[in-house]
Amino acid sequence: MTMLGSYLTLAAVLFCLGLYGVLTKRNAIIVLLSIELMLSAVNLNLVAFAKYGINASLRGQVFSLFTMTVAAAEAAVGIAVLISLYRRRATVNVDEFNELRR
Amino acid sequence: MDIVFSQVAWLAPLFPLTAFAVLTAMGRGLGKAGAIVATAASLLSFVLALLIAAERLGDSAEDYTGRIEWLRAGGVVLHAGYEVTNLTALMLVIVTLVALLVNVYSLSYMKDDERISVFFAYVALFTASMLGLVLADNLLTLYVCWELVGVCSFLLIGFWFRKPEARAAAKKAFVVTRIGDLGLLIAILLLYWNMPNHALDYTSLYNVFHSQSEALSDSLTTLIALLIFLGAVGKSGQFPLHVWLPDAMEGPTPISALIHAATMVAAGVYLVARTFDVFEASPNALTVVALVGAFTAIFAAAIGLAQNDIKRVLAYSTVSQLGYMMLALGSGAAAAAMFHLFTHAFFKALLFLAAGSVIHAVHTQDIREMGGLGRRMKLTAWTFGIGALALSGVPPLSGFWSKDAVLAAALEKSPWLFAVAVVTALFTALYMARLFFLVFTGSSRGEAVVYVHAKESPAAMTVPLVILAVLTVAAGFVWTPWNEWLPGWLAGSGAGEEEAGAGGWNGVVVAASVAASLLGLLLGWLVYGRKGAAVSAAAAKAPGLVRILERKFYIDELYDIAFVRPLAVLGRALHVFDEVVVDGAVRLVGRSVQAAGKLNTRLLSGQLQTYGLAALAGAVILIVAIAGRRFW
Repeated sequence: MTMLGSYLTLAAVLFCLGLYGVLTKRNAIIVLLSIELMLSAVNLNLVAFAKYGINASLRGQVFSLFTMTVAAAEAAVGIAVLISLYRRRATVNVDEFNELRR
Repeated sequence: MDIVFSQVAWLAPLFPLTAFAVLTAMGRGLGKAGAIVATAASLLSFVLALLIAAERLGDSAEDYTGRIEWLRAGGVVLHAGYEVTNLTALMLVIVTLVALLVNVYSLSYMKDDERISVFFAYVALFTASMLGLVLADNLLTLYVCWELVGVCSFLLIGFWFRKPEARAAAKKAFVVTRIGDLGLLIAILLLYWNMPNHALDYTSLYNVFHSQSEALSDSLTTLIALLIFLGAVGKSGQFPLHVWLPDAMEGPTPISALIHAATMVAAGVYLVARTFDVFEASPNALTVVALVGAFTAIFAAAIGLAQNDIKRVLAYSTVSQLGYMMLALGSGAAAAAMFHLFTHAFFKALLFLAAGSVIHAVHTQDIREMGGLGRRMKLTAWTFGIGALALSGVPPLSGFWSKDAVLAAALEKSPWLFAVAVVTALFTALYMARLFFLVFTGSSRGEAVVYVHAKESPAAMTVPLVILAVLTVAAGFVWTPWNEWLPGWLAGSGAGEEEAGAGGWNGVVVAASVAASLLGLLLGWLVYGRKGAAVSAAAAKAPGLVRILERKFYIDELYDIAFVRPLAVLGRALHVFDEVVVDGAVRLVGRSVQAAGKLNTRLLSGQLQTYGLAALAGAVILIVAIAGRRFW
């Protein structure tokens, strides 16, 4: 049982690192990478519970596979958006991207 | 006798009302044509009034009443209607005749005014509402018209609104009469709640207050009577609400003749005469009416002695004569009051129109700058003289007969009231003599240029003067010792029997009245008429007294200190309260919403990272709160 605590702690640390990166980094690429980090933390949680949880089964692991697929798609879309933004604005600094305000 | 014209009496106010509508719709461009339209309308009304009166001259003319349902709210039904009695027929003739003459006079007097059609529109509206007031068969309809004439009075006093005095006078008239109107309104409401079936028409009033039924308690009756009288006090310029009437002379002179001498100010007297049943049920109220009337009469006459503005002298004279009418009413002689109203309407309108003719010629109202005008304006001088003699009560002019009727009534009520009335008659004769001699005789004291250019007014102005002068001479003969026709006719149907007539003729009364008027005229001639008499002779002999009279007993100053200033302070305080507290609260609401909005725009910067941080902070707070509950 003690293994679950270690996995969850590692996942929490990963998640916080990712969150920190998302909130503080100016470079949009790094922000995207940080999001991947947070997703990885979630996947780690899913796998950990699938192995050591109360109702341990393969469901969690299958679920994490789906998550990774979606995350890959999301990263692709994110990169595409970034590239088109870069073409327009010649920058990847997220502070410059405040179009939502308008 | 068939009632024919009485049935269409409602047309009388409609003619001028139509004229008003036409003039207002067509606007100022109408100019002279508008004036003609208004005059024609008043002519139609006059003809109709004459026909109605002629029809009622028979012995047993029935009162005619017509009414329509006006409002129905739940179980309450309000009626609007008209009633033709001998009293209203008399008033109809007075109002329409004076209105017609004033219209004709104004055609010439106002011809150079660019707002002439506005002027005639106002006059037409006034005539319509005054006729409505006279014809109304219940107090509610009367009240509506009562307020309408008040509005017209306001508009016409302030007609030359570029003059600050005219504006102030208009406001003063409106505010002061408002006090009286409020009393009348409360009286009507009280009657409405206490009368059987909420009836407000005169017939019901008569029935209730004459049958001695216990529908209303004595004290309530007195209260209602006094409140109605308060309305009359405001409208008829009785003390202590008389202050607006002399100031109202800022209006054009024909208006002073029509509204502030002959018709509207008589509305108060008419109101009391019309609701006389209520007053008769309350002896105390009658005494109050008599006392107020007598005091006003002598008080205003005394002020009139020392005024230097020709129109103001006449204004105070009007106040004083209205006091006479109230005195007669208070003495229980409604017929005498109406008689005096009838004759007064003619000779006072005559005096005002003649004064207007003088002002037209010399362009000043100060009698100290006039003098000797009798030689330049013969017709005006003669007609003014006739009016002055009638007002002074010199037999056999109309003023003599009506004044004697009033004096006889006063003597029956109380010798003191009689004494006051006789002294008032003396004052009246004195100030009229002063006015006449200073304006028309002696040598000119004004600028020579003005005097040389002063000439008789055109026919449109002098013809009404002559007509009124003839009436002034003749009108008194409807009620003389050997012809007691008028009181019987007025009482005729409905209004009551013997109580409407005043006491018989009395040698003492006649002697006292004639002596007072002749003495007054003689004094006036001695002081102001003789060769070499100085204008300020009286002022030199008794400076203090004259000063008090000139300042009108400091009533205006007193009101200024007692009411106007405190009210102004209160008003300013309320204004500040409004500015700071009420507006402050409103501004606070507005500003706080604005501030919230500004804060929001700062928050919603479009920086997603900031949003994320805020969401994180929220999540942390939530987690801490949920987790912390466990240790609570």
